Amino acid sequence: MFTRVLSFSILFASGFAPALADEARVAVAANFSRSAEMLVEQFELLQPHEIELVFGSSARFYAQVQNGAPFDAFLSADREKPQLLAEEGLAVAESLRAYAIGRLVLWTAEPSLAITGESLTANAGGKIALANPRLAPYGLAAREAIDNLGLGEQLADSLIMGENISQAYQFVATGNAPLGFVALSQVGRNGVIEQGSGWLVPAELHSPIRQYAVLLNEENAAAGAFLEFLRGPEARRIIYSFGYTMDDAEP
Amino acid sequence: MFSPDNLQAIWLTLRLATTATLLLLLIGTPLAWWLSRTHSWLRGPVAAIVALPLVLPPTVLGFYLLLALAPAGPIGQLTGALGLGSLAFTFEGLVIGSILYSLPFVVQPIQNAFHAMGDGPLEVAATFGAGPWRRFFTVAIPLARPGFISGSILGFAHTVGEFGVVLMIGGNIPGETRVVSVQIYEQVEALQFGEAHWLAGAMVVFSFLVLLVVYGSIGRHAIPGMRFGS
Repeated sequence: MFTRVLSFSILFASGFAPALADEARVAVAANFSRSAEMLVEQFELLQPHEIELVFGSSARFYAQVQNGAPFDAFLSADREKPQLLAEEGLAVAESLRAYAIGRLVLWTAEPSLAITGESLTANAGGKIALANPRLAPYGLAAREAIDNLGLGEQLADSLIMGENISQAYQFVATGNAPLGFVALSQVGRNGVIEQGSGWLVPAELHSPIRQYAVLLNEENAAAGAFLEFLRGPEARRIIYSFGYTMDDAEP
Repeated sequence: MFSPDNLQAIWLTLRLATTATLLLLLIGTPLAWWLSRTHSWLRGPVAAIVALPLVLPPTVLGFYLLLALAPAGPIGQLTGALGLGSLAFTFEGLVIGSILYSLPFVVQPIQNAFHAMGDGPLEVAATFGAGPWRRFFTVAIPLARPGFISGSILGFAHTVGEFGVVLMIGGNIPGETRVVSVQIYEQVEALQFGEAHWLAGAMVVFSFLVLLVVYGSIGRHAIPGMRFGS
């Protein structure tokens, strides 16, 4: 911190334009919060820029950006929302890139339980947490998985919805819901579930959760550099370590 | 007009506010009576606890309620032992939250009305041989009527306006915990501004009418506890 303050004062004292060291406010889909924090830590070691992170549901950020929220970049949990922003002229279309493919986990806070798709019905009467499908892509994926398992009607009264995937996780972690759909990145490292017990929902049960980032403010050097950094090998390693994958065929 | 989803949210909100207000009158009346009469040293601490929801952010209440209602929490263990299961994400859980959240809005006007009445009427009733229960029901309660009216209206309206606590312990279940304020929040986030306008507009009209009743017609009789802002 001190060195950062120092370098700032040197920059200003020596008359450099602050374009060299910029600050960016980045809106990040809740599932990516742990990864983003680690990425920013790494990024700030390498660059003079500073990144401020704000976490929430992708839909909330989409609505906020539409209404002029001061974000410089947006890491969504889907492709649709950043793409719509680009089409509406609120984001830089050429900057739209996938940065991660997420995985869904059916999870309980209790350790060493065998969780499978059947746990959904064995959990008779118990609540099942998920992110709100209208607001969060992970919620939509959970909804698809439930429907593809043919349990849509049976579970209709058991579903409780978090505003975003972090709240769904919190509902299960506090024990208020015995079971819930969360992101692998929230409960695991290196693709292995570390806390509680869970079932990695087979990828074919829902449409792939391809997460896209987009630049909102072209003037902001820090935001541009951060999105650039996201594509680098160092960032990839961190992103992979949280259980995300990437298909390199995707632009 | 209102979509079926919105109507469901409105009906649920009215049910929640009615249930909470009735229970608050039951709990709040003896509490207000005690607070207005007692000389115990406990009066200060109890009055402060009752007023806490006025100053605490709803997130603090929501956070502690979430921990308390969980199966391992104190309320969760109690309801589990009674065979009710966990109350988080249920209508009953919201009722508990609303009672805590709206407590001062019901207790304080009633307490002020009891206080304003003074000891005179009760002493007169006592000289005519009325026992303590009779004095309470036939003298104190009728005299404190304006306090009961404003306490009920404010408790009801404040429960209708509840948002933060519900967001944290509700789980957004249609017909169970998705009240009007949460429904508006979701519609705004999903950019369904048209739907949100109906509900939000209705809330403005409703709240204005409530305050008009409180400050207007009944206000002329100087409702105790409602003098702030005038």
